[in-house]
Amino acid sequence: MSKDNQVLEEFSSKEYEHGWSIDLESDSAPKGLSEEIVRFISLKKNEPEWLLEWRLKAFRHWLTMKEPKWPNVKYPPIDYQDIIYYSAPKQKVQPKNLSEVDPELIETFKKLGISLTEQKRLTGVAVDAVIDSISVATTFKEKLGELGIIFCSFSEAVREHPDLVKKYLGTVVPSNDNYYAALNSAVFSDGSFCYIPKGVRCPMELSTYFRINAANTGQFERTLIIAEEGSYVSYLEGCTAPMRDENQLHAAVVELYAMKSAEIKYSTVQNWYPGDKDGKGGIYNFVTKRGICAGDYSKISWTQVETGAAITWKYPSCILKGDYSNGEFYSVAVTNNYQQADTGTKMIHIGKHTRSRIVSKGISIGKSQNSYRGQVHILKRAENARNFSQCDSLLMGDQCGAHTFPYIDVENKSAHVEHEATTSKIGEDQIFYCLQRGIDEEAAIALIVNGYAKEVLKQLPMEFAVEAQKLLALTLEGSVG
Amino acid sequence: MLKIKNIHAGVENKSILNGINLEVKPGEVHAIMGPNGSGKSTLASVLAGREDFEVTEGSVEFLGKDLLAMKPEDRAREGIFLAFQYPIEIPGVSTVNFMKTALNKIREYRGQDALDAVSFLTLMKEKIKLVEIDQSLLSRSLNEDFSGGEKKRNEIFQMAMLEPKLAILDETDSGLDIDALRIVANGVNKLRTKDNATIVVTHYQRLLDYIVPDYVHVLYQGKIVKSGTKELAMELEEKGYDWIKSEMEVA
Repeated sequence: MSKDNQVLEEFSSKEYEHGWSIDLESDSAPKGLSEEIVRFISLKKNEPEWLLEWRLKAFRHWLTMKEPKWPNVKYPPIDYQDIIYYSAPKQKVQPKNLSEVDPELIETFKKLGISLTEQKRLTGVAVDAVIDSISVATTFKEKLGELGIIFCSFSEAVREHPDLVKKYLGTVVPSNDNYYAALNSAVFSDGSFCYIPKGVRCPMELSTYFRINAANTGQFERTLIIAEEGSYVSYLEGCTAPMRDENQLHAAVVELYAMKSAEIKYSTVQNWYPGDKDGKGGIYNFVTKRGICAGDYSKISWTQVETGAAITWKYPSCILKGDYSNGEFYSVAVTNNYQQADTGTKMIHIGKHTRSRIVSKGISIGKSQNSYRGQVHILKRAENARNFSQCDSLLMGDQCGAHTFPYIDVENKSAHVEHEATTSKIGEDQIFYCLQRGIDEEAAIALIVNGYAKEVLKQLPMEFAVEAQKLLALTLEGSVG
Repeated sequence: MLKIKNIHAGVENKSILNGINLEVKPGEVHAIMGPNGSGKSTLASVLAGREDFEVTEGSVEFLGKDLLAMKPEDRAREGIFLAFQYPIEIPGVSTVNFMKTALNKIREYRGQDALDAVSFLTLMKEKIKLVEIDQSLLSRSLNEDFSGGEKKRNEIFQMAMLEPKLAILDETDSGLDIDALRIVANGVNKLRTKDNATIVVTHYQRLLDYIVPDYVHVLYQGKIVKSGTKELAMELEEKGYDWIKSEMEVA
């Protein structure tokens, strides 16, 4: 076995650092999924009739659908009746501020390094924290409120801003869009809602941390972000999940809606528990993320750093409807051990002079499989559309796989579509060069990988970029040589 | 400082070094010359700990320690620096970042605290002046799209940053025009102290006009066949390596 592989093995043997769990008394629904469960969830959340109907319609449609089989991933069949679809941490009184929040929850955030109070004071990031499907604290709301910005849990939005929710819910990702989106629409527990009024530039990064907690609990988040004409918002989503042996299902839906000249920047750093080094456990991450550039000159930019989950199935996409609208997708996806990722994007060019840019950096380690799947579709009326795609793969060791599935459909002759792809390995020469400067192999690989992913990492807001680099290093630890 | 005793080394069944003996003391500059394929670069690689080469016989002592038992990164941390003949590209990693990582790893090994950003930048500014390197080069991806001269200058800058006890310059003059050669040599000379030593591996004598060696060794077929002072280099330049070859054949 070459030296490379040896170190790879050692690297991969490190255990998941965030593998701990807290004891929260769960107020859970019984296992399984039925109309009754959908009604139970809706009732628990005191939802209006129209939302219940919306859920039920999605559920009935879901019953007629089949799980997609086209992704390049393999996993045992999921028993949807063996999942708990609702669990909320028990709280006697609704907290008005952080001091009223369950200290155990605060402890959880501290372990994650995101103590709300600290964040609040030091970084000016408003955090809407979601644990096991219920929002427990939303900070900075007042400050944002002065600008007319709404940033709250989805449930609160349903209560306080029903008209907005009703108007936009399911307009970007219809409830029957795909199997997992339909499932989410039927049983979504909570999530985040964000509304930026006309002409307002959101003065801080809006941030949500998701965390799966109770064992065997599926988590079905729903995020809706609406940016009115000429507004701007940067939204951060981060996730970690504690170690579990059972596979956990995560099927989120994110909808972004950008009006004329509005800009939404959506950044994700995801490190769901990937399973152990033998491929046992780990999160199934089946996510539908889509944004629509509805107005002219609007822009949506997705940046994702995916290091976790046993299986990732995720294609943050842009519908470029407005003329001169602009879509971007920047992705780093790392897979280690037995992780499988099938991720990429769709850029649907409808408007004239629309532009899109795709930069995908895959990193495969161990026995993992990493696929980029992307579609660039230039529709007939999209005069002068432009796309540039760059898909790079980095392989470490000789047991992993990297795959690229680019689909390009062009219906307008004025389109310019460029696609570049590279596959590389970390060279022994590069490693030796680092060693000779006193940098050990593990640090060398982290350095080289961070360099490789730099084009994507630099898209992230500063604090997030640092965290992402640490996460990358963490994922590479126990993986490489 | 460095005691090489009867080193034999090679790759898979092919022997390249056939019994090298060499002692280097603090403050000295040794030049190792020889025709292509004589084993010059192999010697440099063996000292730096490149795994491609297997040492089959002999020993190397560095500052009283068994060098061959050390991992390559520990050799670097103990103070061995190799200026590469062909410096490696690392896309997306700037020289600044590379040096910061390297320096702090070395400091950690020596039980020193990591340098904070300000101290690091101060040190860097000082070394930039010393080796006359364009600062903008240092924030670009390491060696990517660098000219031959820029790569070599960057190596010397790294050497200045890491302050090695023993620097091995592997064909640092190759691919350099005369101006770049002078700048690189000036950098090396400025870094010389009575406590550190340098091994200059080169094919040509011209680098030795700028970096004046205390000793010159001629390597041929994996052995040091001739040692002398800088005059030996002049003689070699004049007579060519065929002179060594024919002398060897006669012997």
